[in-house]
Amino acid sequence: MIQQIVFSLLTLAVFFVAGRQFWHIRNKIFLGKAEPIGGDTGKRWKHVLLVAFGQQKMFSNWIPAFFHLCIYVAFLFTQIELIEILLDGFAGVHRFFAPILGIFYTLIISTIEVLSLLAFVATLVFLVRRNLLQVPRLSKPEMKGWPALDANLILVAEILLITGIFSMNGADVLLQQLDPAHYPDTGRLLISSFTGPALFGALDTQTLVVVERFGWWLHILVVYGFLLYLPFSKHLHILLAFPNTYFASLEPRGAMENMPEVMQEVKVMMGLAPETSGSDTDELPDFGAHDVFALSRLNLLNAYTCTECGRCTAVCPANLTGKKLSPRKVMMDIRDRADEVARTIAASDGKLHPKNYDDGKSLFDYISKEEIHACTTCNACVEACPVLINPLDPILKLRRYEILTQSEGPAEWLPMFNSIENAGSAWAISDPRDQWTTAS
Amino acid sequence: MIKIPTLAALAAESKEAEILFWVGCAGSYDARAQKVSRALAQILTEVGMEFAILGNEEVCTGDPARRAGNELLFQMSALQNIQTLDAYGVKKIVTACPHCFNTLKNEYPALGGTYEVIHHTQLLQELISSGRLVLKGGGAFKGKKITYHDSCYIGRINGVYEAPREVLEALDADLVEMKRCKTKGLCCGAGGAQMWKEDEPGDKRINVERSDEALETGASIVAVNCPFCMTMMTDGIKARDKQDDVMVFDLAELIIQHNAQ
Repeated sequence: MIQQIVFSLLTLAVFFVAGRQFWHIRNKIFLGKAEPIGGDTGKRWKHVLLVAFGQQKMFSNWIPAFFHLCIYVAFLFTQIELIEILLDGFAGVHRFFAPILGIFYTLIISTIEVLSLLAFVATLVFLVRRNLLQVPRLSKPEMKGWPALDANLILVAEILLITGIFSMNGADVLLQQLDPAHYPDTGRLLISSFTGPALFGALDTQTLVVVERFGWWLHILVVYGFLLYLPFSKHLHILLAFPNTYFASLEPRGAMENMPEVMQEVKVMMGLAPETSGSDTDELPDFGAHDVFALSRLNLLNAYTCTECGRCTAVCPANLTGKKLSPRKVMMDIRDRADEVARTIAASDGKLHPKNYDDGKSLFDYISKEEIHACTTCNACVEACPVLINPLDPILKLRRYEILTQSEGPAEWLPMFNSIENAGSAWAISDPRDQWTTAS
Repeated sequence: MIKIPTLAALAAESKEAEILFWVGCAGSYDARAQKVSRALAQILTEVGMEFAILGNEEVCTGDPARRAGNELLFQMSALQNIQTLDAYGVKKIVTACPHCFNTLKNEYPALGGTYEVIHHTQLLQELISSGRLVLKGGGAFKGKKITYHDSCYIGRINGVYEAPREVLEALDADLVEMKRCKTKGLCCGAGGAQMWKEDEPGDKRINVERSDEALETGASIVAVNCPFCMTMMTDGIKARDKQDDVMVFDLAELIIQHNAQ
């Protein structure tokens, strides 16, 4: 009874706090500009099914894809066990589904056990990859400190989750024979029917009960810890990958977002459109983006979805050749800036809001001009992301801000701009444009 | 010298062209890219295609300006081009520049200019497979190792991987792929207006990295489909002092060489 009350209160508290945290994440994403989500809904669901649910893009690199799949599928299936744990916890019963589902229960729990074992191995492999093998994309400068710790904490939590499952199932298998009235028959569980007797066979009933409860509580407490930790972690991708793939742009990859406000201005200049009244008294708007408010909500959703795997950075030609640009760092910086803005707004007692926000800082305090100048727009990062994040889009928005709003940028671009403007050519050459037809 | 009519000249005779050849700034002014323009014009002439150019009425598509962040300049160039193209009622465009191709195909529609745009490697593949362009069997490239460099704007960005490779196969060449190819192809380093500036500080130039990969294949010819890749790969190979052993050619040039033998 006490267990039941403790469990219920704890669960409600965790759900409440986690719910608030997730709402904060939503609000941080909504700092960005709302943009119409058009296009074919069927295509969007196809992305969710194939790319997020089906992990399609992971398989361009099949070794990490396989181990990741083990953890992912184990995570999905364990949700069934989690539902049972919640029901058991609230109702004060034990293995609610076992008598109802019969042989299917054995099948489901055995599947979870096999997947958990695979996930256990995969997690160990990932710990080794991260900490011993020096995989280049996992040991870049932006991964030092918190990001590395974050990744390890998650992996350790996964080890604990799986330890919990095998402790509770292993002890349960033995208790079913000792006290069938309280421990309903689960059938022969594929792994615990061996590991249970092997690990806990020597223990007395009292200790077995403790081991079973320890496993049960360990599992659910780590799940709750995870839930509370997620909003502060790169691990949010387990949830946000789904909306992120849904909202990913359906436009051709090569099309930069059009700027209708600039187009209107140019049309007026060229006499293609009538001048709108009062336009000259209006203050010139900022073009491009230098802070989260001028990014789109999709850019920010991208940033919170990023799990810092670094597949983008590993294929970036600039990064590969030692330049400062790292597409992953761009996404991490956008997220960190959104966190900072949200914290400052929350601490301002209602004085600050997105419309009047000014803390004397911008995204350029996180992302240097040198980084955005190094991009070749090759789209390798866009291609590489397993969850359809687009790191190129914010880079180009920052460039637009630098050129259009700040009138800065690499000096070497000026002759090109001048030449296009004055001669209609990217190079200033005075020959007629069809000169090539006559030379040999 | 090749006689290529401009749309203005055709319009004066109330004639139209089957297709507009969009030459681009590089194809018009860069000495090396001019050769590619001439090679393509020669092929189109030989197959009897009625094509024309805009001549002095063509201005930069605005791609480098837009990618540098200069949207204002891009819009000015683009709207001017769209006016010109629409005035002549242009429906179909071929270009040998992947950047022009991408901008005309994917970006002009949002500004009101919609055309059927194909890249010259696609056109060449079509002409070969339809039998309109006959490859006379000199066998200039038979058994010769050729590696193909996917430009970002034709490959990864517009998903054209096979047409250029089919052209190389039709040339009887021994196509060897680089370590990074197709969706994983490595940029030559010129995109995103990098062509007009020095690399940011780093430990290697991107074009040298890519050229090293091309050299690793042992191919004696690097086939490209983009005037910027042409410059970058040529410079990268020169940086390794291999310019006498390894040549960089556009697919159109390879066809001319094949048929000249």
